[in-house]
Amino acid sequence: MLATRAAQALPNGLAFKTSLSKLTKWNFVLVFLSLLFSIPLAVVFGSLFFPEYDVWEHLRATVLTDYIGNSLGLLVGVGFFSLLLGVIPAWMVTMYRFPLSRQLEWALLLPMSMPAYIIAYSYTGALDVAGPLQTMFREFTGWQYRDYWFPEVRSLGGAIAMLSLVLYPYIYLLARAAFIEQSVCVLEVSRTLGCNAVDAFRRVALPLARPAIMVGLSLVVMETLADYGTVQYFGVSTFTTGIFRTWFGLGNSLAAAQLSALLLVFVAVFLYLEKRSRKQARYHHTSSTYSSLMQQRLTSGQGYIALVICAAPLVFGFIIPVSLLINWAMDTYAEVLGKDFYLLLFHSLLLAFVTSVLALAIALFMAYSNRNSPSLLNRILLRFVSMGYAIPGTVIAVGVLIPFAWFDNSLDTLLMENLNISSGLLISGTVFTLVFAYLVRFLAVSINTVEAALVKIKPVMDEVAKTTGMRAGTIVKRIHIPMMRGSLLTALLLVFVDVLKELPATLILRPFNFNTLAVRTYELANEELLAEAAVPALAIVIAGIIPVIIISNSISRSRPGHE
Amino acid sequence: MNKLLFICLLLVQQLSFAAEVNVYSARKEALIKPLLDRFTEETSIEVNLVTGKADTLLKRLEVEGKNSPADLLLTVDVARLIRGKDKGLFQAINSSILEQTIPESYRDATNQWFGLSLRSRVIVYSPDRVNKSDLDSYIDLADEKWKNRICVRSSSNVYNQSMVAAMIANYGIEKTERWAKGLVNNFARSPKGGDRDQIKAVAAGVCDVALVNNYYLAGMLESSQKSEVVAANKIKLFWPSQDGRGAHMNVSGAGVLKPAKHKKEAIQLLEFLVSDYAQQWYADTNHEYSINPNIESNSVLKSWGKFKADDLNLGLLGKHNTDAVLLMDRVGWK
Repeated sequence: MLATRAAQALPNGLAFKTSLSKLTKWNFVLVFLSLLFSIPLAVVFGSLFFPEYDVWEHLRATVLTDYIGNSLGLLVGVGFFSLLLGVIPAWMVTMYRFPLSRQLEWALLLPMSMPAYIIAYSYTGALDVAGPLQTMFREFTGWQYRDYWFPEVRSLGGAIAMLSLVLYPYIYLLARAAFIEQSVCVLEVSRTLGCNAVDAFRRVALPLARPAIMVGLSLVVMETLADYGTVQYFGVSTFTTGIFRTWFGLGNSLAAAQLSALLLVFVAVFLYLEKRSRKQARYHHTSSTYSSLMQQRLTSGQGYIALVICAAPLVFGFIIPVSLLINWAMDTYAEVLGKDFYLLLFHSLLLAFVTSVLALAIALFMAYSNRNSPSLLNRILLRFVSMGYAIPGTVIAVGVLIPFAWFDNSLDTLLMENLNISSGLLISGTVFTLVFAYLVRFLAVSINTVEAALVKIKPVMDEVAKTTGMRAGTIVKRIHIPMMRGSLLTALLLVFVDVLKELPATLILRPFNFNTLAVRTYELANEELLAEAAVPALAIVIAGIIPVIIISNSISRSRPGHE
Repeated sequence: MNKLLFICLLLVQQLSFAAEVNVYSARKEALIKPLLDRFTEETSIEVNLVTGKADTLLKRLEVEGKNSPADLLLTVDVARLIRGKDKGLFQAINSSILEQTIPESYRDATNQWFGLSLRSRVIVYSPDRVNKSDLDSYIDLADEKWKNRICVRSSSNVYNQSMVAAMIANYGIEKTERWAKGLVNNFARSPKGGDRDQIKAVAAGVCDVALVNNYYLAGMLESSQKSEVVAANKIKLFWPSQDGRGAHMNVSGAGVLKPAKHKKEAIQLLEFLVSDYAQQWYADTNHEYSINPNIESNSVLKSWGKFKADDLNLGLLGKHNTDAVLLMDRVGWK
């Protein structure tokens, strides 16, 4: 293995040891922030102290095996296909030149702007037994429904396909950024040592990119576990549908929270196994000598094969569903567009912007605190805060609602008793609550991305910089930020798009007369008014595309050797 | 400092501002906003709206407690109204208009919630493959002759839960469980999609009969999508159990909340929602039956003729909801 094992490297924080007093302050704030954003998760876990034996006995006897089986199937399926769709194209567009490879670099990210439930609605509308394709087929052949075989979209397999198609960009984005940041020297050395192109990928590039790819994969896994819209629409009973069934159907929110806590245990085990499989190995770039990446031009035959491989996820994850949406939108845009509609757009963009900036700032702060004074407590806190991503938005929202309303009501009582003033609900039911819930849910994305970037900065660089008399702030500004620029933008982009798509927490926590594109889309699609839902759905996609393209370009330019 | 002053001024202004009413609604915005706008036009009372899923709104109300800003909760099924009542969220109100307009079986005995529109869960069938004379009651759908011929959506859906709860109220748990087992055995496919999907599945030949809420069929017949109209025209509606208890009914409804700060306006809005104008709008736009027996139904509804409605007290649906879900889990109704 050519990547260095940096376990032997100097401990991380040495460079900053001089300013110990600062560190403790940083640490204090880290603990405070982590605890703050852990409150909703703690509410979920707290439910475990009030076991609902009857409900659990019923679940165990009837549906629990189904929930676990389907959730695991979904997890393994989506994990596998997202890796396939994410890593291979990322490597190909980074290392090779073939027809349209330049365009594919950014276009492969586009499916990310597509909410999973929308791609599910689109494909169902087109491919379902009652859809135009099969109807035409039956009319053409004169066959009946039972006379032929056609893959069933609304099935576990279908759910795996839908989720993989919109989630693979997480892996693609992080893998590509990692491949770009890799030093060519390492790859060149591997070639001189007799590795062929495949070996260089498998034995050098892949291990070096592994932390980044794993960050992508864990995001995919968590997003899959938290998905409700798709599995519910497809009639696949998973843990999430079980949570809502227990809550809405049985009216037992406590047992529902316990199911969520169990879901978290799933995630914790996955994260732990992943960390353990990497053992103590930490991968650092051995060299900071960057020369511009020489992309190998493929012969035309190879080029077209590469084009087909790399274009497939884009075609199925974006071009086809968007065409379907446009087709529907043509019928309805006149009634849907209007002043009211632009307000929705404005709300969505504002929430996405504010949340993504805040999430990045908080993540940077936390990741640095942890890097500068690593401790077991910090690590545990960071991991715990990151778990919000795996919990269905509705559950997070309730976890936010409970403590906030409690705070408001207590404050109100206090003021009433002492000053005879009623403060009412001060923060509950405001945009602030909503943004807070978004942060709880999406901090994982920015923390993981920032951490993966920080890991790649060798501690020794800090020390060298220190010897030249740079202060901590200058080191961050002159060395870290330029090295991490791509990753920071990635963190920003991921949260931005996630918030644009977010539905369940928005639905519960938003203030009066405040709607977003996702809410509008859901309300129409849920009434099975797909044609009307197509316009706001397209708006989400388009609003998501613009940052995707901008940031993809910045990432290409972020390569240290880039001219 | 200036900012703070500005905010204070804004708050004071808010307080002294013209009358308003705050509504939490489980009915989707598109299906209620036009009515609320009309109300504002008529009364100058501003309506502030948050829509969402009924159970999450109930949770929000429960957690917000005595300081909740909401005055009125609208739901699209009776089970959630009763859940709200059980949680002590509503207050009893006196309104002779509501009492006179709404039949007793469609409102709470203690005046905590009121039905606002009516819908029925009916059988739809393909006239090409099903003889009308073969259709009978809900109970009959468990008969072997329907093996592999029935479509219905997931048991997570509240309309199915209320239907099964009604069966439990009418026939007891044991008989209902035997029935549900038979029904599930007759499913043509594992439940998926919404009610419109079931109608489309019958039209496409996946199954021969389906259980759906009647307004979905009406909505498809008058849809802007040609394919929906084509599918809806291929199937027919059958009123089940006309020789027995009658067709299963459900209501959309509302109740005034305990912490309501605009109680007067909330009652005014409720009264508006049962007015002739609003009831006609429900019928024409949402294809629901009016809660007021004197209102003309819309032409599609009229074409389905008069029918016998199950006069079961709707309060019982809420009572048996949990039993219904447990039962459906046991018989494997996904």
